[in-house]
Amino acid sequence: METGGNAADLIHRRVCARTGHAAVIGFTGAPGAGKSTLIDAYIAVLRGGGRRVAVAAVDPSSPLGGGAILGDRVRMRRHALDPNVFIRSVASRGHLGGLSESIHRVVDVMDAAGHDVIIVETVGTGQSEVEVAEIADICVVVNAPNMGDDVQAMKAGVLEIADILVVNKADLPLAQRATKQLRDMLKLRRNRQNVAILETVATNETGIDALGTAIDGLLANRAADKRKSRERRMRRLIAQAASRLAHDRMRDLADAMLDELAHKAATGEIGIAEAAKQALSLIRP
Amino acid sequence: MTACGLNPPARVLVTKIGLDGHDRGSRIVAAYLRDAGMEVIYTPPWQSIPAVVKLVLEEDVDVVGISSLATDHLIVPKLADALREAGLGHVGIIVGGIVPDDECPALLQAGVSAIFGPGSPRDDIIAHVAALAAKVRDVKNAEFREIAQ
Ligand SMILES: Nc1nc2c(ncn2[C@@H]2O[C@H](COP(=O)(O)OP(=O)(O)OP(=O)(O)O)[C@@H](O)[C@H]2O)c(=O)[nH]1
Ligand SMILES: [Mg+2]
Repeated sequence: METGGNAADLIHRRVCARTGHAAVIGFTGAPGAGKSTLIDAYIAVLRGGGRRVAVAAVDPSSPLGGGAILGDRVRMRRHALDPNVFIRSVASRGHLGGLSESIHRVVDVMDAAGHDVIIVETVGTGQSEVEVAEIADICVVVNAPNMGDDVQAMKAGVLEIADILVVNKADLPLAQRATKQLRDMLKLRRNRQNVAILETVATNETGIDALGTAIDGLLANRAADKRKSRERRMRRLIAQAASRLAHDRMRDLADAMLDELAHKAATGEIGIAEAAKQALSLIRP
Repeated sequence: MTACGLNPPARVLVTKIGLDGHDRGSRIVAAYLRDAGMEVIYTPPWQSIPAVVKLVLEEDVDVVGISSLATDHLIVPKLADALREAGLGHVGIIVGGIVPDDECPALLQAGVSAIFGPGSPRDDIIAHVAALAAKVRDVKNAEFREIAQ
C-alpha cells in the first residue's frame, strides 16, 4: 500500500468502503520537541480506556540517496508487545509537507482494520508543513521551551493549524515563558483565541490525561463534518494524482506540437501558463 | 529506481536480541545501509523475540540484521522459528559480529543467509542485503498480486 500503483488502488478501493470509524489525531512540531515520547504516553492513556490504536510515524528520507533511519518507534517501546497497538514507520520518500505521499492509504487501511484512534506523527517540522491538518481530525502542535526564537518561527504556518497547542518539556526552565509567548501570539489571531495550550512532561506523564481529555472534547464536536472533509481531501488527492499523470505523459510525449509550444515559450512568444493550457489538450486520452 | 536498487527502497531492521548491550556495530551498519538508500528501522539492544516478530510484521521489513558480539547469536534460530510461525518465513536474516567458526553452520542451517565477521567490507554487506531484499520482495510482490486479484 505504501508503494502505490494499480494493485494498491484496487485494495484501497475495497478498504475505503470500510473507513470512517477511526479518529485521526495528528502530532506535529519542531524536530526533537518530544512528539514521539508524547505519543507513547498518550497511547497509554488510550489503552487505559480500552481503545485500539495505530500509529503512522513519518521520518524524513535522505534527499540524496533516498535512505532513512526510522527512529520514532524507538520512543514507543512500552507498547512493543501490545497486540492492540500497531506502529508503522513511514519514510517521507521525497514528499514535502511533513508526511508521505502514501499516508492517506496507510491511514485508511488502519481505519478499515478497526483501530479506534489513528495517530499520525509528522517529520520534525518548520513553518509550512501543514498537510497534517488535512488528514487529521484534530491537530496537536508540540512545542518545547529553550527553542527560543523557533517558537516565533512557528507562528506563521504550523501554529495556524493547531487545534491544541502543547508545551512539552515543561520540566525545563523557560517552559512558562514559552507558554506565555504562545498565548500572546494566539491573542493576535482571530478564530484562534480558544485554542487550548497545555503543558506536558512526556517523559513522566505529567499533563497527558489532560491532553487526552482535551482531544476527546474536540472530537465530540467534530464528528459532523468528517465525511465532508474526507471528500474535500479526496478531491485534492485526485487533482494531485491527475497532475502527476499529466506530468508523466507530457514528459514522454513525442509530439511536434509540444516541441513548438516549448519553442514559443522559450522565445517569449507565449507564456508558460498559456502553453500549459494548450499542452493539456495534447495529452487528453 | 532508488539508490539501493529497489523501488520502494529495501526495508531493513537492525537490532540486537539477548543480553549484550554493545551497539556500536549495529549503529555503524544501520548508517551504511541508510547511506546505501535503504529504509532502516533501528532499535536499541535487548529486544525480546516476540517484540522483534511484532516489529517485523508491522514494519513489513525485507531483511532483519542481528548484531551479536557475545552469545546472542545462539538465540537467532529461535527468532527464525518464531518468524516462521508468524507467517514471516520469507523475511531474510543476516547476522553481524563475532560468531565462532564452528557455530556458523547451525545458523546457516536455521535460515540465516550470511554472517559478517569483524572487518567485513562495507560494500559486501550492502550488496548482500540488497540482493537478499530483492529476493524477499519478489516473494512479497507475488503474494500481493494474488491478494489484489
Ligand atoms: N526533559 C524532557 N525531555 C523530554 C520530554 N519529552 C521528550 N523529551 C526528550 O526529548 C528528546 C526528543 O524526543 P522525541 O520524542 O524523539 O522528539 P520528536 O519530536 O519525536 O523528534 P523527531 O521525531 O526527531 O522530530 C528525547 O531525548 C526525549 O527523551 C520532556 O517532557 N522533558
Ligand atoms: Mg519523533
